[in-house]
Amino acid sequence: MKYETVVGIEVHVELKTNSKIFSPSPNAFGEAPNTNINPKDLGFPGTLPLLNKEAVEYGMKAAMALNCEIASETIFDRKHYFYPDSPAAYQISQDKQPIGEHGWIDIEVDGEKKRIGIERIHLEEDAGKLTHSSDGSLVDYNRQGTPLIEIVSDPDIRTPEEAYAYLEKLKSIIQYTGVSDVRMEEGSLRADANISIRPVGEEKFGTKTELKNLNSFAFVRDGIAEEVKRQAKLLDAGEEVQQASRRYDEKTKKSVLMRIKGDADDYRFFPDPDIPPLHIDEEWKERVRKEIPELPDARRARYIDEMDLPVYDAQVLTATKEMADFFEETVDHGADVKQVSNWLMGDLLGYMNKELKEIQDLPITPKDLAKMIELIKDGTISSKIAKQVFNYLVEEGGDPEAYVKDKGLVQISDEGELTKIIGEVLDANEQSVTDFKEGKGRALGFLVGQVMKATQGQANPQMVNKILKEEIEKR
Amino acid sequence: MSLYHYSIEELVKLLHKGDLNAEETAKMSLDRIEEVDDQVKAFLTVNKDNVLADAKKLDESTEPKERLFGIPGGIKDNVMTKGVRTTCASKFLENFDEPLYNATLLEKLNKDHSLMMGKVNMDEFAMGSTTETSAYHPTYNPWNLEHVPGGSSGGSAAAVAAGEVMYSIGSDTGGSIRQPSSFCGVIGMKPTYGLISRYGLVSLAPSLDQAGPITRTVEDNAYVLETIAGHDALDATSVNRTIPKYTDSLQKDVKGLKIAVPKEFLGEGVSEEVRESVMNALKMYELLGATWEEVSLPHLAYADAAYTVICNAEASSSLARFDGVRYGKRADETEDMIEMLKTSRGEGFGENVKRRILLGTTMLSAGYTDTHFIKAQQVRTLIKNDFEAAFKHYDVIVGPTTPTEAFKIGEQPSNEVMHMSDVLTVPVNLAGLPAISVPCGYTDAGLPLGLQIIGKHFDESTVYQVAYAYEQATNHHKKRPDLGGAN
Amino acid sequence: MAKISKEQVLHTANLATLAISEEEAEMFSNQLTEIITFTEKIQNINTEGVKRTIYGNDNDNVLREDKAIRTITQEEALKNAPSQENGQFKVPSIMD
Repeated sequence: MKYETVVGIEVHVELKTNSKIFSPSPNAFGEAPNTNINPKDLGFPGTLPLLNKEAVEYGMKAAMALNCEIASETIFDRKHYFYPDSPAAYQISQDKQPIGEHGWIDIEVDGEKKRIGIERIHLEEDAGKLTHSSDGSLVDYNRQGTPLIEIVSDPDIRTPEEAYAYLEKLKSIIQYTGVSDVRMEEGSLRADANISIRPVGEEKFGTKTELKNLNSFAFVRDGIAEEVKRQAKLLDAGEEVQQASRRYDEKTKKSVLMRIKGDADDYRFFPDPDIPPLHIDEEWKERVRKEIPELPDARRARYIDEMDLPVYDAQVLTATKEMADFFEETVDHGADVKQVSNWLMGDLLGYMNKELKEIQDLPITPKDLAKMIELIKDGTISSKIAKQVFNYLVEEGGDPEAYVKDKGLVQISDEGELTKIIGEVLDANEQSVTDFKEGKGRALGFLVGQVMKATQGQANPQMVNKILKEEIEKR
Repeated sequence: MSLYHYSIEELVKLLHKGDLNAEETAKMSLDRIEEVDDQVKAFLTVNKDNVLADAKKLDESTEPKERLFGIPGGIKDNVMTKGVRTTCASKFLENFDEPLYNATLLEKLNKDHSLMMGKVNMDEFAMGSTTETSAYHPTYNPWNLEHVPGGSSGGSAAAVAAGEVMYSIGSDTGGSIRQPSSFCGVIGMKPTYGLISRYGLVSLAPSLDQAGPITRTVEDNAYVLETIAGHDALDATSVNRTIPKYTDSLQKDVKGLKIAVPKEFLGEGVSEEVRESVMNALKMYELLGATWEEVSLPHLAYADAAYTVICNAEASSSLARFDGVRYGKRADETEDMIEMLKTSRGEGFGENVKRRILLGTTMLSAGYTDTHFIKAQQVRTLIKNDFEAAFKHYDVIVGPTTPTEAFKIGEQPSNEVMHMSDVLTVPVNLAGLPAISVPCGYTDAGLPLGLQIIGKHFDESTVYQVAYAYEQATNHHKKRPDLGGAN
Repeated sequence: MAKISKEQVLHTANLATLAISEEEAEMFSNQLTEIITFTEKIQNINTEGVKRTIYGNDNDNVLREDKAIRTITQEEALKNAPSQENGQFKVPSIMD
């Protein structure tokens, strides 16, 4: 039978506030166990939650960037479950009145545009971390209380590729707002997918399974594809899909059962009396809205409409906020738009991919790149030398002009000097001169190469061409 | 000399003048504990060594003496005391020796140079009204050791009544300060919700809990409240407003004051002696120039049911953190993680606590939340509205604190009495109002009775003023229980 | 209202992660039935359109500035731990 895939995605994003969401302990990553904590994070009796204003505003920002309506009244609820990673045995989350609802983002797959709805976005606290040793389990509460937003999509996703595109877009938008690093490898972005299938034409949803702990967007895509296949096989065989949590095994490329959902999933939500409600008025909303930078879609449109960049360039340059900011700053320093775009999309991205580094981790600055492009434009260096200068900028960083001078990389554009060098090259290669005169065009290329070799690549290529021809004529 | 001879104000004067020092008052308290606590059993932990060292330090210090300098107090064992075991009278916290921090109210008492004599007994996790559910031992009513002191702050009330301390701190979720104060013939104040920080007070029902002082006189009570009241940034439910000087309002007379007496407070289950004592008190107020009228607050009759649902639902959540992972009871010989959590809780909690956790868990679970829990929260609104309407016309609401005198140890009161006990005290918590219990007579058998005065939100001044006027016009507060020793 | 069965009590005890004996379950089944029946007198009150009271007072928008403070050490954190190892709290593993 032909089936239609129905996917909804839940994304957890860690907010990069200084302190935790309900306690003033540091919100830090990778420290010694049980050091970023206070009695509240340990669930000590008598302690009380204290809501972090920044976490709330970060949540508002993310919700606004995802086109959500911001609640005028939002409250926090207790979600109960017993596990050693949860020190109060309830997680403070938001149930009936989340901070944002009814949002959407636009994605594009194979040139097709599609709008994916966002049901809700709510604030909550992260739990501690459990590691298993040979004779027991160990609990570290450093992560307890890290502010999270959970972004729940509508079940609008129909293919694994749409899921991938949704996550890419979501990540990009959140990253632009600056509320999170959204780095999956550090766990600051986590995605679960709710997957079901139904016969084409059927309106009722099928039984869904939840694919959890997906470690990369590619695994989300592959995991969905695999789970859909598994479900289709079951239905074709006349069997039923069991509501369960599953995980995608990246090695065997199979979906594996984790836990069957039963009636024990009764979280006993109720509003937390320790946390007074939030009333968010228009003024507050507007103040936060003003702090949201221009988002990727708007930027892309501007690059195409106002800067005359090709669609592809605009897309690549706006993929991350850092790249787009770098691009614009370089242009602001007076560099040519297309030149900047070429350097960023070619050499810089190539280098980043090779070294697995982000632009903000590199020493290169927009000002230096602009200067380098200026040096090419005014003929101080050749494009070829520029590659060497660029390597210096990304690896060590510094003033390209000083570097060019120090290393003696300035292009030789002095006509007298070039004429002298060319004379010497012609003297040494009379056969080539003859060949050229007899109509063998390739010989000129060889001669140019010899001149460049003699000048260690620093000769001004246009001038070499011109003088060479003149000098050959004279012979 | 015994602490009985002084009011806090008198003691403060002597201490500030230097006629007495903190070490001497600490010893007066310790001597009295030594003398009577094997009968009363108000204390779970006597802070003997620490408090003597603290007192010495205070005496040797050259800094100015603060307003509670050298005044011995007792702290209910559900208030966090850094470095002093805090058990909530539960086996679960038997070894909880390092609470890591002080409750804000204790910080304030310390800052005002009070002496923390120790931790006093209570019903386990403040669930109860007799102090018999303490996992360690019951506390006995100083007026008659065959009777309970009430609860859950039974140790707090008994310690003050027995003259072991000058004041104590209790907590009141549904009457747990007022009822034992009534049973023990002392003054117990449950302030407006949010007046005293709950930071460091172990939650029972966080939307209802409020700590408060218990003392032998109204003036002492107002004096202690002035220290512990006030905004705390560590408690989001604490209220940011200027704390009036409650002691200044005491001298005002009650002429022209309007008192409401809800007929729901005098329903079946209220004993004749209690009725009579309340009527006598109202007559006294008439003599003092106040007027009173019977009114009806129709939803009060439902307060016990709404309270039972809300309090236990919240409590089941509050007590979820006691799982044996980070502190407290850890069941031995469990090999599975979840089994360990279950067994630690099962072994650490007493029967009453288990029953309430199961009840509260049921109220929050699927099939009950909407019909029972949310319904109870709506009824809570109606009760609040009833009070609000009454306070449009009256300054205070008055009634008995309890339907009877203190129960006998082990006695199971009738359903009517239990119902009335709750109806008299829990509405105040549901509405977040301030209320005080002041002694208003004694039964023929010599057990104290209490008059409850309920005020408007944050109008503790008027509550104290009304209580003080009555106290000064009567001699009830001058009586002492006879426990032998230096009375 | 319906009786709270022993099975229901055991289910609730499971939700509350609370070990109780069969005898306790039996006893609580009766007691819970009685208490819940008693609370159901509020079902007779018309609460249509009545807002629920969730909080103890009308505080709202109580927020803390985002300043990080470190208050206790690892050693203090573990002071009350029933079992610990390598700076962490230790618990039995999950058995299947």
